[in-house]
Amino acid sequence: MPLDAAAIKADFPMLARQINGKPLVYLDSGATSQKPNAVIEAMDNYYRNAYASVNRGAYTIAAEATDLLENARAAVARFIGAPKTHEIIFTKNATEAMNLFVQSWGRANLEEGDVVVITEMEHHANIVPWQMLRNERNIEIRWIPITETGELDLSELDLLLDGAKVVSVTAMSNVLGTLNPIRRIADAAHAAGAIMMTDGSQFVPHLPTDVVEMGVDAMIFTGHKMLGPTGVGVLWGTTELLEAMPPFLGGGDMILQVTKEGFTTNELPHKFEAGTPNIAEIIGLGAAVEYLEAIGMENVREHEVSLTAYAMRTLKERFGDDITVHGPAEPASRGGVFSIEYKDVHPHDLSQVLDQANVCVRAGHHCAKPLMQVMGVNATARASVHIYNDEADIDALADALESADNIFGF
Amino acid sequence: MAGLDDLYKEIIMDHYRNPRNRGELEPPACKAEGFNPMCGDEIVLYVDISDDGIITDIATAGQGCSISQSSASMMSAAVKGKSVDEARELTNKFKAMMGIGDASEDDTEDDAEAIAAAKAAESAGDAGAIAGAAEKPDLSMGDLSALKGVVKFPVRIKCAVLSWNTLLEAFELLVPEEPTTPS
Repeated sequence: MPLDAAAIKADFPMLARQINGKPLVYLDSGATSQKPNAVIEAMDNYYRNAYASVNRGAYTIAAEATDLLENARAAVARFIGAPKTHEIIFTKNATEAMNLFVQSWGRANLEEGDVVVITEMEHHANIVPWQMLRNERNIEIRWIPITETGELDLSELDLLLDGAKVVSVTAMSNVLGTLNPIRRIADAAHAAGAIMMTDGSQFVPHLPTDVVEMGVDAMIFTGHKMLGPTGVGVLWGTTELLEAMPPFLGGGDMILQVTKEGFTTNELPHKFEAGTPNIAEIIGLGAAVEYLEAIGMENVREHEVSLTAYAMRTLKERFGDDITVHGPAEPASRGGVFSIEYKDVHPHDLSQVLDQANVCVRAGHHCAKPLMQVMGVNATARASVHIYNDEADIDALADALESADNIFGF
Repeated sequence: MAGLDDLYKEIIMDHYRNPRNRGELEPPACKAEGFNPMCGDEIVLYVDISDDGIITDIATAGQGCSISQSSASMMSAAVKGKSVDEARELTNKFKAMMGIGDASEDDTEDDAEAIAAAKAAESAGDAGAIAGAAEKPDLSMGDLSALKGVVKFPVRIKCAVLSWNTLLEAFELLVPEEPTTPS
């Protein structure tokens, strides 16, 4: 079912904002998405009508607050096809979720010489935590290379996986838009005796997600890219995996018993949620999930494939060889993330020029410097879409690109 | 609203398209690298300094946006032939024009004066006044005044000062600054 982008846009108050009398053309959802009223209102309602701490206190509003939080956990579990609700661990963001995993699982399972396999298209959040552990444990990090079209080169996969203990791969590149064959890599990882982690930060907000179908053992993602608030991320892991992992942060909520001699850990998910959580943000994420579910993730994906096809076609038709859009050309193989090179205008300058037309795109290395090195660039300008974008936004991007010619003298 | 005309002035685009002192210098020239982690801009500076503290040669390499690259080009032209002390002073004046005062770079009072002078000049809307505010005539801002418009685009200030901070780092590597007593 085609989405009614105009009706959806009306749900997002930020998109009604005008600057200098012109509407906002928000094309930076890969960095962070805008929020629908439903999310803002859910958080507002918690603060106004049900504010109390969670997991303690027998009084009515404490129970209500706990219910709101646990309903959000159940919604998130359902949204990604997690078999058990207690497998959803709330963190501050996806980066913290990955650090939790690496510090807990990694330190318990990796010794000197053990192999971690990642790819050249990872976000720093799936690189640096492993490098930090390498500095301490002298583990080996192997990189799955990418092809010229920005896809994973899996021709040597078996060789790379030989002796691996863990494989950690992004489900969708935040720079190239590439959708990676997670199931295939997960099966190969398991055959090699490794566990499989995936970074779903760009994938989960845009495509139907089922962690069981993906065949992974763990996944991280973040709330603020999927219409939810900042300050909430998720680590999902199988019950077996999470139960075998030692706690990461120690303190309140994560214990069953504390004496002068020591402590025992609480059960999942509380074992990994020390201290008062970001309650309002978790509730907001639950509302974001329900909003996306009401639209239907199949419909979200269909809308974005169609918009991606329109964007690729429009940019090529209007600018020909003057423009390069990195990553796979086929809309079905990619998400709505367009890293653009336009003539020889530096991405930072391009982003500045686009801003004159209120076109918001990200310029920089997108926290993927190793990928930038492989691509042979220092930075790109990146436009990225979500459900509230339509063809008019792509046209506005193209019009604004044209105006760069006036300044940079082509 | 600040228009792009304030940012992309002709002289800036000229330095961007035809950078001065572009290249590398062989050792014993000092090499310093600067990065802007936010946008990926990078600058590599090579500086030759004579025994009596004069910048005899300077070269710039690296890549980045028009503002960072043109600023590096203008900086190289402005400090070549100057003493390290003069270059430090010019750096402070430039950073003051960008609205940045860093007391650790120089005597606190002088720095505050430079900032005040630059701010006064800015509010007067007269690029020439900034040159006039310089204590020594040979440290006039000249072409550098073209970068004044960057202040209206706060995100770009880091681009403009990248090469200057890298210059200071090169000086640190070559000539450790004399410890200053707090005034």
